[in-house]
Amino acid sequence: MEVRSPRTLEEALELRAAHPDSVPIAGGTDLMVQINFDHDRPDVVIDVSRLPELLRWAEEDDTLFLGAGVTYSRILRELPQIRALAEASRSVGSPQIRNRGTVGGNLGTASPAGDALPVLAAHDAEIGLSSAARGERWLAWDAFLLGVKRHALAPDELIMGTRWRPLAGPQSFSKVGTRNAMVIAIANLCFAMDQGSRTVRVALGSVAPTVVRARDAEAFLNAELERAGAWDDLAAPVTPQAVDGFAERVQAAATPIDDVRGTAAYRRHTLGVLARRALAWAVEDRAEEAMVS
Amino acid sequence: MLIRVRVNDEWREADAWEGSSLLSFLRDGLQLPGSKNACEQGECGSCSVWLDEELVCSCLVLAAQAHEREVRTVEGLAEGDRLHPVQEAFVEAGAVQCGFCTPGLVVAVTDLLERDPSPDELTVREALSGNLCRCTGYQKIMDAVRSAAERRRAGAW
Repeated sequence: MEVRSPRTLEEALELRAAHPDSVPIAGGTDLMVQINFDHDRPDVVIDVSRLPELLRWAEEDDTLFLGAGVTYSRILRELPQIRALAEASRSVGSPQIRNRGTVGGNLGTASPAGDALPVLAAHDAEIGLSSAARGERWLAWDAFLLGVKRHALAPDELIMGTRWRPLAGPQSFSKVGTRNAMVIAIANLCFAMDQGSRTVRVALGSVAPTVVRARDAEAFLNAELERAGAWDDLAAPVTPQAVDGFAERVQAAATPIDDVRGTAAYRRHTLGVLARRALAWAVEDRAEEAMVS
Repeated sequence: MLIRVRVNDEWREADAWEGSSLLSFLRDGLQLPGSKNACEQGECGSCSVWLDEELVCSCLVLAAQAHEREVRTVEGLAEGDRLHPVQEAFVEAGAVQCGFCTPGLVVAVTDLLERDPSPDELTVREALSGNLCRCTGYQKIMDAVRSAAERRRAGAW
């Protein structure tokens, strides 16, 4: 095993090109477990944790760019206004893990349970990839995440970060596990409303081979909200039938399995609960906003 | 590979296997066995140290990533024979049973109180959520944190 510590992005991309089997390491919270337990022993590990391009985030031209090396602790300190992302970040591991773990790591590991991933999916995020030979390219989140621990990163590429257009409206991230900390999600869910496009987004994690959007549930709730005039009236109520219909469709979007953390039936049940809660929170947030304005 | 780290205000260097964790490097390379090796997967917190002033699990940091950087370990807390106020609080509260989790907890509590001298109970639980103790049931540890926080507020460090 050989560790390379490039000081510049250029150098890092040259190393990736020269060592197609290399594995990038940033926070190490996934990869070091593999190395410590001898499950994986890459020939070449490239430390990308000091590349300035990966450590930055920026809000420019109505787009948020989040570098692959930004840790969950930094998101909590520096980007609390991206509410669902902050809530997802807070649910990751423990302080020690959040100080090291990165959104780029969630993407690189491509676990269906990665806590940041439903937030990316809900925002229709694009993933930025870079190589020495072909420069930069951007892939939609669902073109990047291909399956359980599978993604579209080419052997000579590095994950640079992710970008999306911030949404205007209530949003939340919720997660079910056996503890509030240090837990891999049995199911997680990101819900977001966007006043600009008059649409809702709901993305689910840990209940399918990749994160998924519950498109039927979104279309159903969009129609219900339109009918209720909710986009023009913050205090417009959401009917119990709409809540039921939404929750059922969220459940139907999942293809969960039985595993050590939970059964498929429990996961599906959980999604119904999370969907109802997320919608109720959004309705509450809107009612509060209506009171203020 | 030769790795050079500033540990507890002193530059130290030693040879290490390339895949070595910072924890193994501290324990085996630099003979600093205070940070404990338990789960090796970031679950238990007994290897907690500061890397560039940030609390981390040293088992999840590649030693090479700490090259030329600043590390503070539990060994850096006491001054000679004089225990750090957090260590004193742990001893006085009886927050130690088998002792294996203690170094990591002392480091995590110190980290918390250096940032927030008046944490409420929920904040303390959140801050210590990455440190497992299988003996005490945590009540004595919570007592120790309260006592350490008083010492911190009184300017003990």
